[in-house]
Amino acid sequence: MSAPPAAALHDNPPHASLRGVVRRYEGRQTVHALGPIDLDLAAGEFFAVVGPSGCGKSTLLDVLSGLGVPTEGSVTLEGKPVRGQVPDGVGVVFQEDSSFPWLTVHDNVAFGLRRSGLDRTEVARRVDHAVGFMGLAQFAGHYPPQLSGGMRQRVCIARTLVQQPRLILLDEPFGALDQQTRLLMGDELLRLWRDTGATVLLITHSLDEAAMLADRVGVMSARPGRFIDLVETGWQRDRDSRIVSDPAFGPLTARLWTSLRAESLKTMGRAA
Amino acid sequence: MNRRIAVLLVRAAVLAVLVLLLEVLCRTGVIDPLTILPPSAMVAAMIEQLASGDVTDAMLRTFSTVALAFLAAVLLGTAIGALVHAVPRLRRAIEPLLASYYSVPTFVFYPLLVALLGLSMAPLVVLGLLSAAPAVMISTLAGLDSVSPVLRKVARVQRLDFFRTLRWIVLPAAMPSLFSGFKLALSYSLIGVIAGEFILSGNGLGYAISFAYQSFDNRAMYGLMLFVLLVAIVANGVLYTYEGRLAHRRRRG
Repeated sequence: MSAPPAAALHDNPPHASLRGVVRRYEGRQTVHALGPIDLDLAAGEFFAVVGPSGCGKSTLLDVLSGLGVPTEGSVTLEGKPVRGQVPDGVGVVFQEDSSFPWLTVHDNVAFGLRRSGLDRTEVARRVDHAVGFMGLAQFAGHYPPQLSGGMRQRVCIARTLVQQPRLILLDEPFGALDQQTRLLMGDELLRLWRDTGATVLLITHSLDEAAMLADRVGVMSARPGRFIDLVETGWQRDRDSRIVSDPAFGPLTARLWTSLRAESLKTMGRAA
Repeated sequence: MNRRIAVLLVRAAVLAVLVLLLEVLCRTGVIDPLTILPPSAMVAAMIEQLASGDVTDAMLRTFSTVALAFLAAVLLGTAIGALVHAVPRLRRAIEPLLASYYSVPTFVFYPLLVALLGLSMAPLVVLGLLSAAPAVMISTLAGLDSVSPVLRKVARVQRLDFFRTLRWIVLPAAMPSLFSGFKLALSYSLIGVIAGEFILSGNGLGYAISFAYQSFDNRAMYGLMLFVLLVAIVANGVLYTYEGRLAHRRRRG
């Protein structure tokens, strides 16, 4: 089932659009990984994607960011086509630790800004702000291997945030963290989203995380990944992890699970 | 006490005891002083040799040959290693040869090199290069393998071009492996050059040691041997310390 365009659901104009996007990997055996996908992300929207393992969630992120090229269909960002090159204004946080072990936390965060032509004082101001925002001020002179996994992931988020991207793509950024840290990181992410007004697309395995953080959750089918359900959470913009105790939270995750259960069973080779 | 300093002290103490033992054995006549000089006499002979200025030319020649061989090995080894890494088919063909390379005695090619390049510095540079470059190639392959694919993705998200990706991401990420290769390359080029001088050259420290040996000049021979040994230890020590600093940053605190 194709997703209804987000523009119909939100007042904001679409920030990014995917039209008829299909991704196949050619080889000895052609693997149909994704699509067809139609999706509009409204500007300033927080969109989460959930789906069974191997359903093409990361492929979706690759195609949307310009890291990958769709086999069919088109991707547009701010009205311009995206194809094989990451456009200006896009930040990506990956599931794996992508901090640079040879640079201090401060230099990791400053990495992109130093190449952007900004003057030194402005770079230092923005980096200090981002490092402080992520609770890393005490560790600015440390190297990533001296930090915990959660702190390293915060370094990567700060490195993305400091460049003030208009579209932030997050590929299971909290996958390796424990539950409490995940909830707190979710709060930080919401704060960052509210403060920057960026559009966010979050890929996650966790239904609770998707339900807690997003304005809309897209549920994907087993491979080839397609959206089988789009759920509006209806939360206020000003929210945090305490929303898990809201009476509407349980029915919301229950709906996501109902949509996802049959697909997850398919990936395990079992009938629904 | 810092663990690292304690280890260094123990190591130095073991070495000092061995040197002292050799000194005592030589001085008491257990070891014939004609066979091995007491270490104190070796040091005195080395200082005499260096102060006399007789070996200055040989030193300059040897060290400039080693430096050339080392630089060539680093540049060529890294470039060829990167090329082989970029072409998987080439890598599949070459990697088994590289793995067994050090079972080939490269010195057997020395007469051929002299025939081709003459009795100049060139065959020695090539010999040093042949000894050192494969180590750099192997470490370059390992280093490039160690660059996580996600870092290459970050380079693309940061919209870095090929050379900036190399300069800012790939080289720093691969540096620990590359540096191990450079360290080996220095040792191998020193060994290659001095051994080459020893066998067939008419100049350099290797030749000076060989000449002293054939003239039964034990003092000169041991003095020069000690000097070469100290140079190798100091050069490796400098690289080892720098490598330690690099690794320290990347270690879990």
